[in-house]
Amino acid sequence: MRVLVCVKRVPAPGAKINITADGQAVDTAYLAFTTSPHEECAVEAAVQLVEQHGGESTVLTLGPAEADEQLRYAASIGVNKAVLLPIATADWDPQRTAAAITAAIRELEAAGGAFDIVLFGNESADSGNFQVGVRVAHALARPMVNGIKGIEVDGAAVRARRDSEAGVEVYALHLPVVLGVKEGINLPRYPTLKGRLASKKVAVEQAVPQGVAGGQQMVTLVQAAEQASTTVMLGNGPEAAPAVVDLLEELGILK
Amino acid sequence: MIGAGIVGNCLVGHLARMGWTDMVLLDKGPLPNPGGSTGHASNFIFPTDHNKEMAFLTVDSQNQYIAAGLNNTCGGIEVAREPQRMEEFKRRMTSAKAWGIDARLVTPAEIKELVPFINEEILLGGYYTPSVSVVDSLATGTLMRDEAVAKGVLSVFANTEVMNLLTEPAPGGPRIKAVVTDRGTIEAEHVVVACGVWSPRIAKMAGANIPLTPAVHQMADVGPIDILQQSGKELAYPIIRDMDTFCYERQSSGSMEVGSYAHRPILMRPDDIPSIQASALTPTELPLTYDDFDPQMEQAIELMEMLGDAEIRYAINGLLSLTPDANPVLGETPEVRNLWSAAAVWVKEGPGIAQLVAEWMTYGYPHMCDPHGSDISRFYPHEKTEWHINARCNEHFNKTYGIVHPREQWASQRGMRRSPFYAREEALGATFFDARGWERPQWYSSNEQLFAKFPQAATPRTHEWDARWWNPVTNAEHLQMRESVGVVDLTAFNEFDFEGPGALDFLNYMCVNQVNVPVGRSVYTPLLTPHGGFRGDLTIQRLGEQHFRVITGAFDGGRDHYWFNKYLPTDGSVTFTDRSQGICTVGVWGPNAAATMAKITTDDTTVPFDLSQAGFPYGAVRDVLIDGVPCTMFRISYVGENGWEIYTNMEHGLKVWDAIFAAGEEFEIIPVGIGVYAVTGRIEKGYRLMGAELESEYNPVEAGLARPKVKSADFMGKEAYLKARQEAENGAPAAIMCTLSMDSQQCADGYDRFPTGGNEPILTLDGERIIDAKGRVSRVTTAGAGPSVGKYLLLAYLPPQHAVVGTKLQVMYMNECYPVTVEVAGAQPLFDPTDARMKS
Repeated sequence: MRVLVCVKRVPAPGAKINITADGQAVDTAYLAFTTSPHEECAVEAAVQLVEQHGGESTVLTLGPAEADEQLRYAASIGVNKAVLLPIATADWDPQRTAAAITAAIRELEAAGGAFDIVLFGNESADSGNFQVGVRVAHALARPMVNGIKGIEVDGAAVRARRDSEAGVEVYALHLPVVLGVKEGINLPRYPTLKGRLASKKVAVEQAVPQGVAGGQQMVTLVQAAEQASTTVMLGNGPEAAPAVVDLLEELGILK
Repeated sequence: MIGAGIVGNCLVGHLARMGWTDMVLLDKGPLPNPGGSTGHASNFIFPTDHNKEMAFLTVDSQNQYIAAGLNNTCGGIEVAREPQRMEEFKRRMTSAKAWGIDARLVTPAEIKELVPFINEEILLGGYYTPSVSVVDSLATGTLMRDEAVAKGVLSVFANTEVMNLLTEPAPGGPRIKAVVTDRGTIEAEHVVVACGVWSPRIAKMAGANIPLTPAVHQMADVGPIDILQQSGKELAYPIIRDMDTFCYERQSSGSMEVGSYAHRPILMRPDDIPSIQASALTPTELPLTYDDFDPQMEQAIELMEMLGDAEIRYAINGLLSLTPDANPVLGETPEVRNLWSAAAVWVKEGPGIAQLVAEWMTYGYPHMCDPHGSDISRFYPHEKTEWHINARCNEHFNKTYGIVHPREQWASQRGMRRSPFYAREEALGATFFDARGWERPQWYSSNEQLFAKFPQAATPRTHEWDARWWNPVTNAEHLQMRESVGVVDLTAFNEFDFEGPGALDFLNYMCVNQVNVPVGRSVYTPLLTPHGGFRGDLTIQRLGEQHFRVITGAFDGGRDHYWFNKYLPTDGSVTFTDRSQGICTVGVWGPNAAATMAKITTDDTTVPFDLSQAGFPYGAVRDVLIDGVPCTMFRISYVGENGWEIYTNMEHGLKVWDAIFAAGEEFEIIPVGIGVYAVTGRIEKGYRLMGAELESEYNPVEAGLARPKVKSADFMGKEAYLKARQEAENGAPAAIMCTLSMDSQQCADGYDRFPTGGNEPILTLDGERIIDAKGRVSRVTTAGAGPSVGKYLLLAYLPPQHAVVGTKLQVMYMNECYPVTVEVAGAQPLFDPTDARMKS
């Protein structure tokens, strides 16, 4: 089985993200970068699919040269090959990105054979356009389902599962497919020390990204209003326990 | 108290115990972990340190953690991959013996027994300390803080950011007045900056300088690891310090913490540390830069193969504090009165240092140990720049686990201060040592020609360690000076002028000995702490009725400057002028010093100056012309020979130097390095050195520096001094400074060894440590050759029962014992006991 997983370098979550004074970029002074959480799960899914069915996984990103870090991270947890489509800016619009990835996939497939499964994250953690995967699938004329929380492959048959408000939707597809993976499908592993060291030796293939600018342009970034949070004291000591239990039940943590 | 890390928390606890009330503790972060370095510390304590102050404070801290019930003893092994590390372990065994720490050398097989998952095949051996422990620094801090709160003397405000520090003008410099926070202003008589990596930024708000830099220490938590999980314990195995790769591996329940001091130095500026809001974890837990850590991962896997399959679950570039000389920064800031620094302190020494600073604030000086090496006032201005801090920290970061020789010299920031003689010294082949920025010749290769005359001086030292940062030419310089005449560059001296109607009374209050000597005379005197220990020692020249000049050494100039300034009368009756930048000094000593100087020294005309002992006695100060250059000559000696310290303005220096060498040519005059001045010449005379023999833990009676009488005027430390004298009269002082000689220097391998004077313990013939009645251990404070007495000499305090001439004892050096004999008990010189040479 040949699996391709597409990822994007994004600022690491967990801290307040500042915007540069001109409103054109994220202030990266204190930021670490990571792979979008949905895509981390997609990477884990790619590794698991190859572990289950054999074959080879490839990670691809369109991004700045520094995105090498995210490719190697994927390699450190077990992805076999890495491809970088370097761009001079932090980001391209989704149409252009999709065009470049589509072109790259065609080239990779021409050289190494078709990908059985192309995985995306449901959406990127920074711009959140929800469309690159769909556009690529459309361009490649392959079936595509987003929001996937389960993948089962049996021969050429794929069953993809996703949650909906009404319950669970299960899609039956035939390879090759494009799937948009959602966080929660798995628990991504951490890289091991050996994995980290091995990832340094992976040769990252580079290809010049092809694609013309699409219709969506970033005008300016605006800092979101800070969400005010209030602290409610549930109590003190053992007498707080019932209130804690109530809250955990309300949150669905205790059932 | 600004900062609720291990230091601030323990400080409020100790201050509360010492009776302080009405305290406020602030931190901009939440409690119990406000996000500073304490919160991500690895929290382990390896107690052995070659530095006495840090060893004491570390062991004391560990005892405080034990008392708090938050010390988990697991043992620790430092392992060696390289042969020189095994030598270092012998040195560590020696320091452990000195400080009473249980430790032993272990073979690779023994390491394997203690740590079954280690690859012992790459190891040569180890240094095992059973008492190594992991402490809970956050919980200990919380207990100490809560103790002060429970006493009703402390209010705590978390999530409260300091916006400014306000000062008010006061005589002698600004004084702290208030702390402005984002929640209001707090008036304060005393403010302590215990803000770790943020300390420079906070101190700067008041115009003070705390010289440290935030620096990265990389750390990763990797797991799960089966054997660690199966242990079912937080700490089932000793902590490993892989010394030659600068790495450590410490169990943390089911995973292993791997930390490194091997990566490139990564320094930050305090202002560039992210805010709490902008930090994914905490402000001092920055994302790991993997490229810096990868080589350490490989080395860690080499040592413990199981780590290879462990997942990297948590990995940070953790911030900690580094200072230019790797010591903490403690005490009242010289710039702002009542603004205190308790910074650059690690968890391992936090509670002890908190107590030390609390004592300092309460009693005027610490009681528990001498803070000499950590005193914030030790820094000269050029040492407090970001440039200097970064240069030195870049240099020493990778020495954190390094093997640092006691005489090791800095490579960076050299040539900062040069005497007017520098070009001549360089041409004479001087090897320069750094003295707080000053370049001082340690020895001169031009003197190697003297080996023909003094072949006994040329003996090399067999062991590279003993010969490092040393040259046998020092012995030849010593002998030539004793035989004829030598010149020593002493420009690194500090000269402080005190003038005005109150100068005499002021200096008499600061000094033990009578300063009221005739104009043209001088006095040597200790300065005492309020509890009667040594705070300084220096000479004072009386240049006029109301004009006194203090001469003090390079290594204590900053501390002495601060001390005098702190107590300077506020009524304007005394002016204090630091003249050190304008004055250069040479010492000219030896049997032909007088004949040399007589050729070129005149009064204000061309009339030869009377340099006879009768006309210009020992201790006298005279203004003269030397080859027509106005100079001040001071008949004194730190090497035991007749001669002078000669002072002149910097711009005159070179002419004076040339005149002296021209005049001395017929006597085969030579330049003499500090190797003679500070070691061989001094030790033969048994002269004490501040910071070595003289510390606040000892008093003048014990040092043998008590004069027969005590002046009637009050002076700092007088009460304690009188008590010490009384104790000695009633029996004996608890310890007596002694000169010892080594009876044999031959090591087990059959060649001679030469202790460096790095706290080597003096032991009984049974190999027991010697502890005096006040609990102080006998150890070597200075060691060096005595070329004129033909012995290798050691200075050490001994309790009275051992401080008897002829007593046979042992010294431990590099984990071997050597026989020694007490040559002198007290201050009498071993060489020329009657000082006849100085007065001939």
